[in-house]
Parts: sequence; C-alpha cells; structure tokens
Amino acid sequence: MSQSTYLLFLGCVIPYRLPSYEVSTRKVLDRLGVKLLEMSEFNCCGFPMDPISYELSLTLAARNLCSAEQQGLNILTLCNGCFGTLNKANKTLKEDKQLRDEINKNLEEIGMEFKGTMEVKHLVHVLAEDVGFEKIKGTVKKPLTEFHVAQHSGCHLVRPAKYVTHNDDPENPTMLKKLIRLTGAECLDYMDETECCGNPIIGVNEEVPFQMAREKLQHVKAVKAQALITVCPFCHMMYDLNQPRIERAFDEKFGIPVLHYSQLLGLAMGFTPEELMLNQLRVKPIELLNQI
Amino acid sequence: MSETQEYVPTVIKAEEMDPKFKYRISKKHGAERLMLCFQCGTCTADCPISRFSDFYRPRRIARMVQLGLKDMLLSNDALWLCSTCFTCVDHCPQNVEIAGVVRVLRNIVVQEKGVMPLVYKELASNLLETGYVYSISESRHKRREMQGLPRLPKPNLEHISKIFEAAGFSKILENVSTFEKVKS
Repeated sequence: MSQSTYLLFLGCVIPYRLPSYEVSTRKVLDRLGVKLLEMSEFNCCGFPMDPISYELSLTLAARNLCSAEQQGLNILTLCNGCFGTLNKANKTLKEDKQLRDEINKNLEEIGMEFKGTMEVKHLVHVLAEDVGFEKIKGTVKKPLTEFHVAQHSGCHLVRPAKYVTHNDDPENPTMLKKLIRLTGAECLDYMDETECCGNPIIGVNEEVPFQMAREKLQHVKAVKAQALITVCPFCHMMYDLNQPRIERAFDEKFGIPVLHYSQLLGLAMGFTPEELMLNQLRVKPIELLNQI
Repeated sequence: MSETQEYVPTVIKAEEMDPKFKYRISKKHGAERLMLCFQCGTCTADCPISRFSDFYRPRRIARMVQLGLKDMLLSNDALWLCSTCFTCVDHCPQNVEIAGVVRVLRNIVVQEKGVMPLVYKELASNLLETGYVYSISESRHKRREMQGLPRLPKPNLEHISKIFEAAGFSKILENVSTFEKVKS
C-alpha cells in the first residue's frame, strides 16, 4: 500500500460532537492526495479510562492497534487524546516485553495479539512530515493574507517528549505555526502558548478549566488575533463551545472564533465556508470570513 | 494558600505512615523513578492546575507517597484535578513521571476503595454498552450519511465486555461508589 494511505482513527468525540473537523479534514487530505481508509472496527482509544484503570486503557488501545495491524496501515488521528494514548501504548508495548505479555494475555481472550508493526500519527505530523510543506503550498489557491491568527497545539501532540518523538519542540511548538503560515495567514506569538486547555478535568471541576481557558483567550486577544486555530476536539470544545459560558462566568467578552486547522487550510484551498462546516462553530467567524 | 498549610499537618505521626507504600508505588509502570524526587518543586511551579487550585500540588503528592501517607493520599479528592498536560513530566530534572504517579494513585483509589468520580463511571458504562465513551445517537448516524460521511463501524461489544473482564474492571464498575465534583 502506498505511503500516503492511512487508517483514519476517529475516536468518540469527533463523531459525537464535531463532524466539522472530520468533514474539513477529509476534504483537505483528499485535495493533497492523501488516501484515508476506514478502520474496519474500533473502540474508544482508551484515554478516558487511563485515570481509573491503566490496564483497561492499555488493553483498549492495544485492541485498536491490533485492528490497524490486521489492516496493515499506519493510524492517523485527529484528536490529541487519541494520538497520545495510542502512540504511547504502541511505543510502550513495543519496548516493554513484560507489559506486552500482560496486555497480550488480555487480548488472547478476544483472539488478538499485539505485534508492534504499525505507527500512530496525528494529522499535524502527517501534514508536516509526510505530505510536506511544498506540496501543501501548491494547493493554496486563495492565500489568507489578511488573517491574523494564533495557534493552540495542545498538550498530547507534543508531550510527554519521551513518547512523542516527532520533530517539534514541546517548549515552543512550531509545527502547527508553520502549517498555518502556509495558508498565507499570519500566526502571532502570545503568552503561554503551551498552556493546557483544561478540558480533561471538566467533568470533576469546572472552575479551574474555565480560569485556564479564560487566561488563554485573554492572551490570544491581547495580541489581537482574529481566531484561534486548534488540532484537537477537546481543546476546540473548551475554547469554542464553552466560550459563551466562560464569557458569562467572568463577565468578559472575547468573541474569538476557534477554527480547526483543517478548516483554515480548506479556506486557503478555495473550499467554501459551507463545505468546511464553518457555520457549525459556536463563535461565528463573520468578520474573519469577510476578509476573504 | 501555602504548600504546607492545607493537607499535611505540622506533626505527622509515625503510625500514620506506611513504610512500604513507596516501594509498592514505584513498582508500577510510570512511577518507577518516584524515589528520585528531591522536592525541588519544579512540578508544582509549572503546573497549570496548581496556579488555579488551592489543593492540587504535585510536589506535595510526591512527598506524601515517599513518606507513606497512604490513607491521607487515597482520601484526597485533589488527585482527580490533574489534567494530564504532562508539563511536570517534561520539566522534572530527575525524570520522575509525576503525572504517572498521580495516575497510579487514582487507579489504587478505584481498585481498593471502590470510589471514582461519577463522570468516569458514566464514560466507562457508555463504553461497555456502545464501544464509545459517548453514546452516539441514531440521528447522528443518519446525519453522517447526509453529510456524505461513511457509516461508523459497529464496535464488537462482546470483545469490549471480555476486555473489561480480563482487566478485572467489570466487578469494579458494578460495585463502585461515586462522587460528583472536586473542589479546587
């Protein structure tokens, strides 16, 4: 199979809440000649189970990895949580024989075995490392030269460095920035770009994630960014879906649209906002789109 | 609130300490380097949660494990405030995976005390029933078709159930008691 074919691992949040991320990603990858195959079958990546049972989380992740091994293709994820979990499980189980034997014992119950023959990549890695900047540049038909945006790479795309062995700096991630600049948009620097969105604990405590997100939005606003660009459904929900609630909680207006990177790239490729489902965003990017 | 005021009393009685606890924890994957923590405080200084919470302090958690303050740790709801951003893991000069230690402690709370935040019980139950942690409604499946998206494969629920069983989690989930929110 050609190197530009991947198995799309959708995870749970995207089909549940954010079809806009999936739809726009499929469009831009198709334009770039990247072929996506569907997983013949998958389950939750395992990330949400990690706090309550590491063994369950690893076994769930390994089951997905086994499916990919059977289909003989590397996995492409759109979610940082899925990437972090599947990638760490993949690397750990390849390296740690004792742990692999333990997990394989669980998998034996369902007639599967982790062999460690595949890789896990996030959309950002596929774009920056496999597709390449030149090819992406070649597909930009409508450079977004009037756009001034900011990036939020999120945590699990770059941390922990021990497991994420891609060529990006976890202290100062630039991969997404470079991808943003290919669209013609300016990507502005701002305070504490690597700060977590806080979403993973929103189920047990709202106050802390809200304060974290508020600070992020303040920093983004301070440099006059017209939009925040994300590559993870959790981060996206924190800043877009929850933005009106954060505004109410602190009586502070932000009005910062939050776009999936695939939507930004799609606009630069000449897709219409409707095709990229920009109408589904909670914070409407009206002023931003007026600049095209 | 300062680090020393909240959880750790000024006097810790020897009988409250479990001297073997630290060895048990550092055998678990992710917590192996726990004993190398020399309390520099980088983890707490760089922790985004600690900046907004009066209770969550990764350095304190590491010290409490070293001291063997098991009961105090396992009844400490602040454990559930770690958002797994892994900043502490990347910044620790001793390469202690602090977030890994926290995860090990959370797992033990679930396993030994049979307690977890409600949200995790809901996610685990959805997963067992549907294969996904959020139950995706029929109308969403239909909408996917209208959006030209491929149908989601039907997860093999027999497999999921067997995995829960093999990982020893089915019983835990059946009997677990829950709490809703953690104060910060």
